[in-house]
Amino acid sequence: MGLPWGSVATLAWRNLWRNRRRTVIMLLAIAVGVWAMVFMASLMRGMTDQMVRNGLQSLPGEVQIHHPDYRADPSVVNSMAPPAPALRAALEAAPVAAWSGRVRVPAVIASERDSRGVTLLGVDPLAEQAIGALPGELVAGRFLESADDRGLVIGAKLASRLETGLGKRVVIMSQDPNNDVADRGARVVGIYRARLQGNEDRFVYGGRTALQDMLGIEEMISEIAVTANDYRHVDQWYPQLAVAAGTELETLPWTELDGFLGTMLAVQDGLSLIIMVVIFIALSFGLVNTLVMAVFERVREIGLMQALGMRPGLIVLQIMLESLYLLCLGLLLGNLLAVATIKPLESGVDISSVASAMEMMGMGTVLYPVLASFDMLMSTAVVVILGLLASIAPAWRASRLDPVKALNKH
Amino acid sequence: MNTVSCSALSKTFHQGEEEITGLDDVSLEVEAGDFVCLSGPSGSGKTTLLNAIGGLDTPDSGEITVGGQRVDQLSRGELADLRLHKIGFVFQAYNLIPVLSARENVELVMQVQGVPVQERRQRSSRVLEEVGLTGMEGRRPGELSGGQQQRVAVARAIVSKPTLVLADEPTANLDSHSAAQLMNLFMELNTQRGITFVIATHDTRVMAYARRLISMRDGRIVSDVQQQPHAMAV
Repeated sequence: MGLPWGSVATLAWRNLWRNRRRTVIMLLAIAVGVWAMVFMASLMRGMTDQMVRNGLQSLPGEVQIHHPDYRADPSVVNSMAPPAPALRAALEAAPVAAWSGRVRVPAVIASERDSRGVTLLGVDPLAEQAIGALPGELVAGRFLESADDRGLVIGAKLASRLETGLGKRVVIMSQDPNNDVADRGARVVGIYRARLQGNEDRFVYGGRTALQDMLGIEEMISEIAVTANDYRHVDQWYPQLAVAAGTELETLPWTELDGFLGTMLAVQDGLSLIIMVVIFIALSFGLVNTLVMAVFERVREIGLMQALGMRPGLIVLQIMLESLYLLCLGLLLGNLLAVATIKPLESGVDISSVASAMEMMGMGTVLYPVLASFDMLMSTAVVVILGLLASIAPAWRASRLDPVKALNKH
Repeated sequence: MNTVSCSALSKTFHQGEEEITGLDDVSLEVEAGDFVCLSGPSGSGKTTLLNAIGGLDTPDSGEITVGGQRVDQLSRGELADLRLHKIGFVFQAYNLIPVLSARENVELVMQVQGVPVQERRQRSSRVLEEVGLTGMEGRRPGELSGGQQQRVAVARAIVSKPTLVLADEPTANLDSHSAAQLMNLFMELNTQRGITFVIATHDTRVMAYARRLISMRDGRIVSDVQQQPHAMAV
């Protein structure tokens, strides 16, 4: 004998609307809860996206290729030759959008007043622009004009610490491949302000060829930064680069190059899930109360159904269906509300009033909420699964009522 | 052949520290097609015996067999199946489901039984006509009089073709006219379809319909007599 879905579904639906006001209040509570879940998730997704994008800008790139020992010892000794033909072909092919060969070595920069340890970047400005790794904003002077440019571009914070400025001379010192000091004087041609303040006194930009000359490494470079403008699916496209680079070189995606950023992305979905579960747990008290009241008000009817020959399982099914209707209607309303409120905000929300705190977290002053179908699906799953779990107790209680006592309840 | 067989049934209830005897060593045989009235004052054990026969309540000791099946040994689910297929209930307080129409109330049991929709529709129409409710199929219980509601309850009890109908004070909330209509309907169903009726009542008008009148007091059967039934004028 199959389940009498028709009668159970009809009963559940009509029972749901017996106390219209209570059902509407509970529906609104679920809808607001679902909206809060999706809205929170969209803000978090927007924040994470921005943090990752900013992080990738200073990394830079979604994939980097190095000498295998470079990450353990980022000195000039662990440089590598420019890309071989096979690797160059892979770098010029889709899905790679741009790449940049860079010199990146630890160095000391000294003005006449002070000196600081920095990371010296030898770049080709055109390639650097293509991978989106130029500093955020130039506040004085100019950026490098070519890879041969002999000037230096330093951060505003570093300039302030060194008590130097535009047009002043500074000395940069590093090691050459023979572990001898390699140094030269250079003029500050530009001062930049970074999106992340920490980068401002860390990175010093110079022309790649000029730095290669200073370090005596000819055309050797420290790293190749690659972007396909698709950081979320990097695991799908970076292996072909790794194959082209060969085993002599180390090819790593950003998730491994910057563990924090990689974890951020992984944690974001987990965090959204936790927030959704917490919101729903608060909601579930209302849901359970509604169902307990619904069962309490219908004790006689439940006794009658037992007397008529409805098995306990069918009574459980009926109460659970009632709960499912409530949850589904709440989900529909909540998701519609979420779409209606998040879509207009996707062009950006100005959070400049709390910008300094946000910048510390690697974000900018505008937050871009992202409405992702995944978040809506996750909230739906949370609401349906937890909602049905919360409904089991009242449904089970209803099915275990003593029919004689239930029928005599007034 | 017996439809109901009870042997040495006992049941006690506890109300605070007080122990109340519901059934005290009750034995009873009801033949198929019989029309039995259980009479007695409140607390005499009529409803307790009816509930025990219907598997709604479990006796402390003794055996109950309905249609050859030992009721006292069945699980909750098996009891539900027994009630679904073999027993029809009619209660004092009509006990209809308020969110369902008269037809839906009548069809509910058949839906649970898995009767196809066409057959369900035919049987519910026929039985509602039989109880005199043609044209009222779409009305909900709140839109029907007490007598009409009780007739819907009877229609629901008999539509699944049970062999036994257990009715607990079915006329208690009805006026004389409706009560007579209902009892005449019971008589008709008993004689024409051979359905066995066991009715608990303390209404003397109802007792007059019985072919067998069992009197109870303090949980015991004090008399069990065959009588000539006579119907009331409607």
